[in-house]
Amino acid sequence: MTYSRRVTLAAGGLLLVCIVASVLLLRGLDRMRSGATLEEVLYISSPKLLKRLSLGYDGLLADIYWTRAVQYFGGKHHDGAEHFDLLAPLLEITTTLDPHLTIAYEFGSNFLAPPPPNGAGVPERAVKLDEFGIRHNPEEWRLYYDLGFIYYLDMHDYANASAAFAQGSRIPNAHPFLKLLAALMAEHAGELQTARVLWTTTYQTTHDKSVRANAAAHLRALQVDQDVTTLERLAGLYRQRTGRMPADFAEMERAGLLRGNPVDPLGYAYKLMPDGRVEVRDPDDLPFIEKGLPPGYVPPKRLKFLPTD
Amino acid sequence: MSARIVHIAANTFREAVRDRVLYNLIAFAVLMSGAAILVGQISIDIERLVVVNLGLTAVSLFGMVIAIFIGIGLVSKEIEKRTLYTVLSRPVRRWEFIVGKFLGLAGTLVVNAFFMAIGVFAALLYVSHSFQATDGWVLVALYFIVLQFFIITALALLFSSFSSPLMAAVFAFALFVIGSFAEDLRGFAALTHGLTRWLATGAAYLVPNFSALNVISSVAHEQPVSGHLIILNTAYALVYTTMAISGAVLIFERRNLK
Repeated sequence: MTYSRRVTLAAGGLLLVCIVASVLLLRGLDRMRSGATLEEVLYISSPKLLKRLSLGYDGLLADIYWTRAVQYFGGKHHDGAEHFDLLAPLLEITTTLDPHLTIAYEFGSNFLAPPPPNGAGVPERAVKLDEFGIRHNPEEWRLYYDLGFIYYLDMHDYANASAAFAQGSRIPNAHPFLKLLAALMAEHAGELQTARVLWTTTYQTTHDKSVRANAAAHLRALQVDQDVTTLERLAGLYRQRTGRMPADFAEMERAGLLRGNPVDPLGYAYKLMPDGRVEVRDPDDLPFIEKGLPPGYVPPKRLKFLPTD
Repeated sequence: MSARIVHIAANTFREAVRDRVLYNLIAFAVLMSGAAILVGQISIDIERLVVVNLGLTAVSLFGMVIAIFIGIGLVSKEIEKRTLYTVLSRPVRRWEFIVGKFLGLAGTLVVNAFFMAIGVFAALLYVSHSFQATDGWVLVALYFIVLQFFIITALALLFSSFSSPLMAAVFAFALFVIGSFAEDLRGFAALTHGLTRWLATGAAYLVPNFSALNVISSVAHEQPVSGHLIILNTAYALVYTTMAISGAVLIFERRNLK
């Protein structure tokens, strides 16, 4: 073998070893510095300053900050965190750098406003973010919808919610539900009905997977809350008629109060308890439900979303 | 180390000095003294922060420019001037030539960074009137900057071994920019799926990771740097540099110089 060939083989071998070693070292660095890219938010939190520092490449920087925001919330949410302090500044920086990145406003209204652990618990900042979005994108009906959504669900401010939906409904190509929502807000309609319209609209119109999963989980929870309320009412009715609680749903069916064995949105049968309460099979599978929970139930820190969402 | 490598390295260093590379120190001195006097007079309670940020950024950028623009000419200039044939006609191996060239330029950059570090600390002393214990972290940041120089020099040498100086400069500069966002790049890759994820992750791991080597902001805010990070960064920079030099040797060894 010639000397040159030996050098080539040695250099090639060294190159491969170094590639493997560098990947292993990078993985070590990543484990150690998880969230390190977010340090910049702590040091330079002014969106305006960052816009100037971007030297005109604000679109690219906005994309980078948007990815950071999604990763920050997704990662912390997955770990069951109770605080999301950097979510608001990350979204504010993202939208200042690119005010037309409408997905960021949608993400903000879904995850900034709700209280922890489902969100950052800062509805005022979610409203501010959305209003900023509306100023820069007045033709986007979705932003008015998001604003009404925050006012209704997180702030229980029906007047402002109605105004936001009504304003959005006047925009060409706006979703027809906006008119209905504006009316529902104005007349203070049933909470369950309004909430269902809101989450259905979100589910049908969003392009963001995490927002869609969140909406689907809320819709299932609304269904469970409604089912449990109805079933418990029917069990009470059975008791009124017979003087005792039904032993199971089959007895209620025989009494003509039910048609078939009732199942939850995941297809599992509801459980009828001896005291007439109705429970779901596994409440961990149905985040956000308020009814059908066993006594003393503590929800898991990490909310379970279905892969099909 | 082979005496031949040492000779080539010493000659490269001498050539860089003869090319007035170290003249950038004058510009740096003017910048640092101007900034120190300016922030000293404005006195808005962030004098130290400004001096550390400006000083370390200048050290990094000046060094990067030198590493790229000298690094890309290390091989091509020798071919152009035909001095390479004289060198290789002597008992010098091609790989020794590449390693010697790298060490020569790396040495030039270390000397350059050393003098700039003196400038940074002089400006710090001027605005703070005394040194603090946390100023020690500035030295760590400077050490990381030197590690970045090693990586970019090796990359410039790698590109210089097979492309024109202009293209080598473009490649090296592009990798410097991409590498500065390496952690974000891996974040982007993590959001993709299937084959795209594999390709994006592979690319993200292949580009140099300059983001972990940049602790300027945290040091300016007097944040400590962990010993574990120093060890990992040192190992990473040495491995990546060796990788790029191995690539340069591999290409240069097979290159037809006739």
